Amino acid sequence: MEVLELARWQFGITTVYHFLMVPLTIGLSLLVAAMQTAWVRTGDERYYKMTKFWGKLLLINFAMGVVTGIVQEFQFGMAWSAYSRFVGDVFGAPLAMEGIVAFFVESTFLGLWIFGWDKLPKKAHLACAWAFSLATMASAYFILAANSWMQHPVGIVMDEGRPRLTSIWAVLTNNTVLAAFPHTIAGAFAVAGAFLVGIAAWHLYRRSQDESVWRGSLKLGTWVGVVAFGALSISGDLQGKLMFEQQPMKMAAAEALCHTEQPASFSVFAIGDVTRPDCENVKSITVPALLSFLAHNDFSSEVKGIQDLVPMYQEKYGEFYPVDERLGELSGKPIDYVPALPVTYWGFRLMIGFGAVSAGLGVFMLWLTRRNRTPTGWWFPALGLAGIAAPFLANSAGWIFTEMGRQPFVVVPNPSGVDGVWMFTAQAVSNSTPGEILTSLIALTAVYSVLAVVEFHLIRKYVRGGIPGVLPQKTDDGALAFAY
Amino acid sequence: METLWFVLIAVLWLGYLFLEGFDFGVGMLLPVLGRDNTERRVMINTIGPVWDGNEVWLIVAIGATFAAFPGWYAALLSAAYLPLTLFLIALIGRGVAFDYRGKVDNPRWRKAWDSTIVAGSWIATLCVGLLISTTVLGLPIDANGDRVGSPFAAIRLDTVIGALAFAGYALVHGAVFTALKTEGEIRERARRVAITLAPVALLPLVALLAIVAGLWAAVVVAILGLAMWRLVADRDGQSFALMGLAIAATVAILFGSLYPNVLPSTLNDAWSLTVANTASSPYTLKVMTWVAAFGTPAVLVYQGWTYWVFRKRIGVRHIPAAH
Repeated sequence: MEVLELARWQFGITTVYHFLMVPLTIGLSLLVAAMQTAWVRTGDERYYKMTKFWGKLLLINFAMGVVTGIVQEFQFGMAWSAYSRFVGDVFGAPLAMEGIVAFFVESTFLGLWIFGWDKLPKKAHLACAWAFSLATMASAYFILAANSWMQHPVGIVMDEGRPRLTSIWAVLTNNTVLAAFPHTIAGAFAVAGAFLVGIAAWHLYRRSQDESVWRGSLKLGTWVGVVAFGALSISGDLQGKLMFEQQPMKMAAAEALCHTEQPASFSVFAIGDVTRPDCENVKSITVPALLSFLAHNDFSSEVKGIQDLVPMYQEKYGEFYPVDERLGELSGKPIDYVPALPVTYWGFRLMIGFGAVSAGLGVFMLWLTRRNRTPTGWWFPALGLAGIAAPFLANSAGWIFTEMGRQPFVVVPNPSGVDGVWMFTAQAVSNSTPGEILTSLIALTAVYSVLAVVEFHLIRKYVRGGIPGVLPQKTDDGALAFAY
Repeated sequence: METLWFVLIAVLWLGYLFLEGFDFGVGMLLPVLGRDNTERRVMINTIGPVWDGNEVWLIVAIGATFAAFPGWYAALLSAAYLPLTLFLIALIGRGVAFDYRGKVDNPRWRKAWDSTIVAGSWIATLCVGLLISTTVLGLPIDANGDRVGSPFAAIRLDTVIGALAFAGYALVHGAVFTALKTEGEIRERARRVAITLAPVALLPLVALLAIVAGLWAAVVVAILGLAMWRLVADRDGQSFALMGLAIAATVAILFGSLYPNVLPSTLNDAWSLTVANTASSPYTLKVMTWVAAFGTPAVLVYQGWTYWVFRKRIGVRHIPAAH
C-alpha cells in the first residue's frame, strides 16, 4: 500500500477508536456532575451512591480518552505534514486554544475531583466536577470548529498559495460548527443515556441492593436518551440542509442519488449494487419528495444527482491531479469526485437507524419498568446491555460518513465563499516512507486492541461490583480517602 | 511577535520538562525507591492528582507550535516519525497504568502495570530528550522542510546524548521530588539515590549544553551543584526549586542558541527553518497572544492551587487498604 492509504487507515482507526471514549466521557461527566449536585443540594444518600458508581466508570473511560487523544495532537504533523503546512495559519489556532482553554482545566480539575473528596469543602469539590465536565464540552467545540473549517472553510483569504486567517470569529462561528456542535453533544448524551439504561437494567434484573439507585439511573438514562434523540434530529436536519449547500456531492453520495430529481425521493433501503455511480441494478424503497424537503424545506425542489455534479466539480476544481511525484500513482491521473458510495450510503442509514433504535429502546425499557416493575426474563438485561452499542455505532457511522463523504478533498472547497481554497487528501500526506506509517499503524492498533480488552474487563468488573464496590472503605485515621 | 511566540513555546517546554520531568522520574525510580506495593503506591500517589495536568504542557507546547509555527511543527514531527511513535505509545501505556494499576487486586496485574510505568517513563523521557535535542541540533532537511535520508536520521551521537540528558535530569529531579513529597524511609532512600546518582546521571545534560553552547554549561553545573548541596543539607524544598532553576537555565541556553532558527538543516544553512520562514501570519499570532495572555495566568493559578491542596507529604501510613 502507498503512504496515502496507510495514513488514511491510521487516521481512521485512531480517530474512530478515540471517539468511542469521547462521547461517553462528555455525556457521563455532565450527568455525574448533575448527580453530585443533587446530592450536595438534598443530602440524599442515593445521589451520593449514584455519583460514586457512575463516576468510577467515567474515570476508567476518561483515562483511555485522554491517552488516545494525545495521538491526535501529534498525527497531523507526523503523517499529514503537507496538510499542516497548508492550513497551519488557520487550523493550529483552535487546536492550541483547545489545549490552553480546555485540556488544562479538564486534567487539573479531574485530578482535584478524584483525589479531593476529603480535602476540599463539598461545594468546592462539586465545582471541580462542573469545571472538568464543562471543559470536555469546550474541548469538543474547538475541535469541531477545526473540523468544520475543513468541511466549510471560512474567515480566510488566499495568500501566496495558502489560506491566511482573517477572522478567528468567523472560524469559531462557522455555521457548520454551530450545527455540528449540538449534534455531536447530543450524540454524546445518547451514548451516556444508553449506558445508564443498560447497566441499570442489569442491576434491577439481578435484584442488586440499592434498587432506588438503579431505578433512578434507568429513568434518568431514558429521558436523557429521548431528549438527545430529539436534539439529534433537529440538529441533524440543520446539518443536512447546510450540507446540501456546502457539499452537494456528499449529500448526493449519502443518498446514492445518481440523477438529478425534482422532487427528489428519500431512499430508505436499497437492494443491489450502490457502488456504481450510474445506479444500474439498484432497487430502492423510497419516500417520495422527502429528500427535497430535507434539502430545502420544500417538497417540490430539485436535488442534484452525482452524474450532474461530477462535471460541475471537474469544471471548477479540475479534471486531473497535477503532475507531481509526491502524489505517487495519482500524479496526473483523473480526479474521482465520487466518494465511496457504499460507505456514505450505508453510513448515513446506520447512523440514523442506530440512533432511532437507541431512543426507542430506552422508552421501551422505561415502559417495562413502569410503577416499579422489573421483568424477570433474561432478555430484559440482555436487551439493555446490547442497546448500549447502538448509539456508539450511530456515532461512528456518522463520523465515517462525514469524513469519507468529503473525499477526495481534505479541505472541501467552499462554494459560496473563498475562492481557491481547497486541498485534495492525496496532497496532504507527509513525505514519509510507507514503512514508517505501517510501523505506527500496526503498533498503535495492537496497543489499542489490548487496551480495549483491558477497559472492557475493568468496566465489567466495576459494573458487577455495584454500589459496594465503589464506596470508600472505613479507613484508619490519617489515611487518604482515595489513593491509586 | 514571532520572537514572543518562540519564547512562549520555550516556556511551555520549560513547564513540561520541569513538571512532567519529576513525574517521569518517579515512574523511572518506582522499583528502586518503592520496595513493596505500599511504598510504590506512596510514590504513585505523590503524582496521582497532578501528572495528567503536567502532561497537558506537552500538548499545548505542540499545539502552540502548530498554531504559531506550522512549518516547524510539520517538519519536526514528520521527520522524527518513528521516535515519536514510540513516545506516544510510552505515554499511552504509563497514562493508563497509573489509573488501572490499583483497580484489580492481583499481584500479577500490578506487576504488569508497574513494568509499564517504569518502561513508559524511561522511553518517554528519552524520546522527549531526543526531540528537543534534534530541534536544537538540526536534521537533514531539504528546502521544503522534508527529511532527506533514513527514518532514523534523528538518532545520532549528539541527539542520543540529548536523550540521555533529559532522562538523567528526570531521574535526579524525580528523586528530589520524592524526597520532598514523602516521609520516612522512602524519603531517606530518595535523598540517598538523588545524591549518589547525580554526578553520573547529570553528566549527559552537561555534555549536551557544552556541545550546544560551550562554557554556558557551567551555569547549569553550578545550579545543579547548589541543588545537591541543599539536598545534603536536608532542605528538600530548596533543592527542588534549584532543580527547577537548572532546567529553566537549560531551556534558556538551548533555545537561546537555537534562535532565530527553529530547526536547522544539517545539509544547507539556507534550508534551515527559522522563526521568520515558519511563522503564522501576524493576525493569527495576535489572536493566539490574546488567548495565551488570558489563559496562561489562569492555568498557573489553578495548577498552583492543586499543588497547594495536595501539599502534604505522604507516607506508608496514609495509604488505605484496598480500592
